[in-house]
Amino acid sequence: MGTKELKKPVGGNNFTKIFKNQIFIPLAALLLLALFNLIADPEFFKITLGYNSAGNPILSGYLMTILDSGSEVAILAIGMTLVTAASGGQDISVGAAVAIAGSVLLRVLCGQDTRPETLQAPIIVAFLVSCIVAMLFGAFNGVLVAYFRIQPMVATLILYTAGRSIAAWINNNELPIVSDASFGYFGGFIPGIPIPTPFFIALACMIIIGLVLKFTNLRLYTQAVGINESSSKLNGLNPQLIKVISFVILGLCVAVVGLIKVSRVSSINYSVIAKDIEMDAILAVALGGNALGGGKFNMTASVIGAYVIQFLTTTLFKFNVQSNALPAYKAVVVIILVVISAPVVRERFSSAMKKLKTKEAV
Amino acid sequence: MGKESALLEMRNIHKSFPGVRALQGVDFTLRAGEIHALMGENGAGKSTLIKVLTGVSGYVKDEGTISLEGKAASIRSPQDAQKVGISTVYQEITLCPNLSVAENMYIGRTKSVYQNWKKMNTDTEKILQSLEIPATATQQLESCSIAVQQMIAIARAVDMDCKVLILDEPTSSLDEQEVAKLFKLMRDLKKRGVGIIFVTHFLDQVYEVCDRITVMRDGKLVGEYEIKDLPRVKLVSAMLGKELDDMADIQSEQKAFERKKDMVPVFEAEGLVSDAGIKPFNFHIDKGEVNGFTGLLGSGRSESVRAIFGADRVLGGKVKKDGKEIKISKPIDAMRNGIAYLPEDRKIDGIVGDLSVRDNLILAQQVLKGFFKPFSKAEANKFADEYIKLLSIKTASADTPIKSLSGGNQQKVILARWLLTHPDYLILDEPTRGIDVGTKVDIQKLVLKLASEGMSVTFISSEMDEMLRTCSRLIVMRDRKVVGELSGDELNQTTIMNTIAGGDR
Amino acid sequence: MSSKSKTSASGGFGAKFKNMSDTNLLLTITVVVFLLMYVGAVVFLGSGFRKPQAFFNILNDQAALIILSCGMSLVMITRGIDISVGGVTALVSMCCAVYLDFHNGNVFMAIVIALAIGLGFGLVQGYLVAYLEIQPFIVTLAGMFFARGMTTIVNTNPFNVENEAFVALKGTRVIVPGMGSVNRLGKYVNAYVEIGVIVALIIVVILFCMLKWTKLGRQFYAVGGNEQSAMMLGINVKRTKFIAHLLCGLLAGIGGFVYFMHVGSGSPSHASGAEMNAIASSIIGGTMLTGGVGNIFGTFVGVLSLSTIKNIVSSVGLDEAWWTGITIAVMLCLFLVIQSVVLSRKKK
Repeated sequence: MGTKELKKPVGGNNFTKIFKNQIFIPLAALLLLALFNLIADPEFFKITLGYNSAGNPILSGYLMTILDSGSEVAILAIGMTLVTAASGGQDISVGAAVAIAGSVLLRVLCGQDTRPETLQAPIIVAFLVSCIVAMLFGAFNGVLVAYFRIQPMVATLILYTAGRSIAAWINNNELPIVSDASFGYFGGFIPGIPIPTPFFIALACMIIIGLVLKFTNLRLYTQAVGINESSSKLNGLNPQLIKVISFVILGLCVAVVGLIKVSRVSSINYSVIAKDIEMDAILAVALGGNALGGGKFNMTASVIGAYVIQFLTTTLFKFNVQSNALPAYKAVVVIILVVISAPVVRERFSSAMKKLKTKEAV
Repeated sequence: MGKESALLEMRNIHKSFPGVRALQGVDFTLRAGEIHALMGENGAGKSTLIKVLTGVSGYVKDEGTISLEGKAASIRSPQDAQKVGISTVYQEITLCPNLSVAENMYIGRTKSVYQNWKKMNTDTEKILQSLEIPATATQQLESCSIAVQQMIAIARAVDMDCKVLILDEPTSSLDEQEVAKLFKLMRDLKKRGVGIIFVTHFLDQVYEVCDRITVMRDGKLVGEYEIKDLPRVKLVSAMLGKELDDMADIQSEQKAFERKKDMVPVFEAEGLVSDAGIKPFNFHIDKGEVNGFTGLLGSGRSESVRAIFGADRVLGGKVKKDGKEIKISKPIDAMRNGIAYLPEDRKIDGIVGDLSVRDNLILAQQVLKGFFKPFSKAEANKFADEYIKLLSIKTASADTPIKSLSGGNQQKVILARWLLTHPDYLILDEPTRGIDVGTKVDIQKLVLKLASEGMSVTFISSEMDEMLRTCSRLIVMRDRKVVGELSGDELNQTTIMNTIAGGDR
Repeated sequence: MSSKSKTSASGGFGAKFKNMSDTNLLLTITVVVFLLMYVGAVVFLGSGFRKPQAFFNILNDQAALIILSCGMSLVMITRGIDISVGGVTALVSMCCAVYLDFHNGNVFMAIVIALAIGLGFGLVQGYLVAYLEIQPFIVTLAGMFFARGMTTIVNTNPFNVENEAFVALKGTRVIVPGMGSVNRLGKYVNAYVEIGVIVALIIVVILFCMLKWTKLGRQFYAVGGNEQSAMMLGINVKRTKFIAHLLCGLLAGIGGFVYFMHVGSGSPSHASGAEMNAIASSIIGGTMLTGGVGNIFGTFVGVLSLSTIKNIVSSVGLDEAWWTGITIAVMLCLFLVIQSVVLSRKKK
């Protein structure tokens, strides 16, 4: 009996080690990628100060690209992490939802006229409207998952199918163009600041979610529901509601990314905007070491994971891989990740290790 | 082969899991043409023994021999078991609900590549008729009642020329008429020379159909008896592990709880009924009282307290707290009214495995406090340290995931979780199951201490000693009904067992 | 008196309804909905639907989708899903196109390539799903992205295939006797279908028979109905799931070639969204995502329903591109919710 009790704390230490490792995994991947680039071509890390067409100072270089584009994925990864933790599945409709949010934004900004001289509504109002719409679509997904008990990926398939069509329909399939220069700040640069704005937006999102996690019970509730739904119900939680909330928060993230995406081009292309971004967001969550089956999560790891993905993408771009071919490489990374984390594989691996150990002992 | 010769012999079976010795040298003998009851309380090792016998994966025996008709049998999978003629019908139907009756009879055991529907259906019709099962071959299985599904599973086993038929709690979801049909079928099979192992918690049923009884307790064999040599009370005492002589006069250590006349019950229920299949029941508990639900497993004791807490869907009845009528439809309603519930199944309903001891400990109080008011780290740590010390929970730290603690310590954390909410009324459903003796005693002491401080406690345990030591009033349940209420001098093992057993004494 | 007999009759009907297997119930709903829709279209919308050739054109356009949906139904019956089929279709088209035009290949070898690609995807995905027990959605999502990416890597730009043997094969029309109609100039025009339709119909018949009359087919249902029970009943669950994914991959290869025969070109954007259409067709055709229920004939009708709806939507004047996507999603949502409700009712 005594020895049994003694063994337990050792197991406990191993667990805390793994939790420490959770941030270690994406960081190690980041370092590995950086090292690869350093050896292959140190130019990768060069950052130059230049001026854009408006005469504002901007920093450019591969690293800036990562900071810029990675921020979109990072914002979505925040919501995706929560959805994954609470529902044990992933939302594959975020790309389509970004298209909807962007479309709503433009619709409110431009009104009836597709190319207005002046904005028809303040940007903040347009943004709030798009937030509400995106959250409603998030709630729709959440209700299908929580109350109708449809697997998350299948439930979000509906919006994945219809999203871009809805986005086009909102603007009558026309392509509104915003001419106001200040609208371009969100996806570009604020005059005088040489670092891309999306990074600041992502930073703001991270701070907000950090504060929310600190000052509410979101983390505890989400994790409890994701780990043991039955137990959390007996502790007075409403698992269904919490799942819906996680989807609504993801909706909010989607609206923010919609703003950045639309601002970048001051317009929209319904079939291309945020294409395949759901894959990156899911990958970021997985790379952050979060279990795709739900439960405990580490937000920081997900966010770092998002930038690692963008690092990989940018590296591939630098080696002249075409954008359409990127998914093939990422798919390989995904498969390697899920195979490594598959319980069956782990079991086999650990039993093989055991055999090896006993052999050594003999 | 004579009737007395053994059909199936299991000798000296051992099986251990990490930390648990589930079977310790169990012997079991089954004759051809008999119905043999396998009895024991939860954790006695019945289901482990059956899983070993039927080759369920992960249940390969560590030691011992199994022989069938005198020949050693090696059973490593359910398929192996079927091949040598051992078939099992589980409490949970292990047929495919979406297929037809005939398909369920034949799938997985036909050799040909093609499916001959016509032959299959006519053959099935024949079997159904010969066993008088009220179903048609082409019907979808799901449209049959559970009893009929159960019978179809048996028919499948019979048609596979099984020699040994294991029925693992087949009657737990059947009504009386359905049970009668099932028993008729069992007797028919008995005449054909099939040896039947019957696992059940219903004593009446044992005495109705069985020839012999094997009793197990704590992974060990207690004994093998002819049915006529083992009256009900003796069976119950064998299962619970108390010799009748010893137990007759043990007095409760608990001082009788004195109810003052003008006392308003802390909690009161009238005609409470949930969707978990219990009959409506009345219940009340006073301030500082410790009472308990007793009865064998499956008697409805857990379902009753779940109904009180709103854990199952409440279908009807009135509940009052401190004399005021309240409405409990969800656990949170009960919690807000100062009721706490430690669930029976720690793994499924209790712990949140991956979360730390601290998070598990504060969970319920945190939910009560509200979404926007999380405990600060310091507060949470203070609570955790306080209760870890108070209940002497053995854990490396408050950050350790609860799933890496031992069963007893997990239970203490869950107990601490509810104590932290400072409830007026605490329900403990099997708080001592599967934990070490020391912790069991700790928990019982704690219950008495809490009661002396004015908390009302409902305590459920499979172990009668514990109930007697802690409770001043026992509500006895049988077959999902309240059948008696015992207090004062009635609180001795003999009376309780007689009440549990019911029928003739 | 009469009212009494009436109630007993309806009671009998109700019982019949109740005794119906889930598969047949959903199939009946699908077929009835389709017939109502098509007859309605013929009566109210007229010209576009009245000629037999209008119907055959639906078949010609949808032959590949029929094959893909059949594969999808197989995995869905075993409680899996395969969203790589669209990507595989694009990859097959591109590989065959490149082989035929850039390497002067022959058509026979192109078919072999198509089958090999499909089998390859089926093998890997089946292994990962069945033996490593990874969620089918993740596995096949990765498969889809891999296939799409590989398509671009094989060749970036879309192009039409000019290989003579292939063009001849593509242009082959099988005349349907007695179904022709008189055109505007008063000339009798024979009704025809493409070769792909024949292939699709043969596959539908084979798979229908396989699911109904072979042991393997029934095992698919058993595994989807209740995996644990199926194992207890002596079925090799892992192998069954593996075979389902393997067949789905193979059918994606065949479907890919049929698609290629229909469009006669290679392009990275080919068959985009085909996986969603296949899933939608299967669901509308009465296959349940929760497994164990489904019918290949229903899937066939599901594909026809889907494209009939598209035609109806466009002929009532809602011909903007987005209406198709929205209509399909609405139908999908509707059927998913129906299934979810039916399921929860049944459980009670």
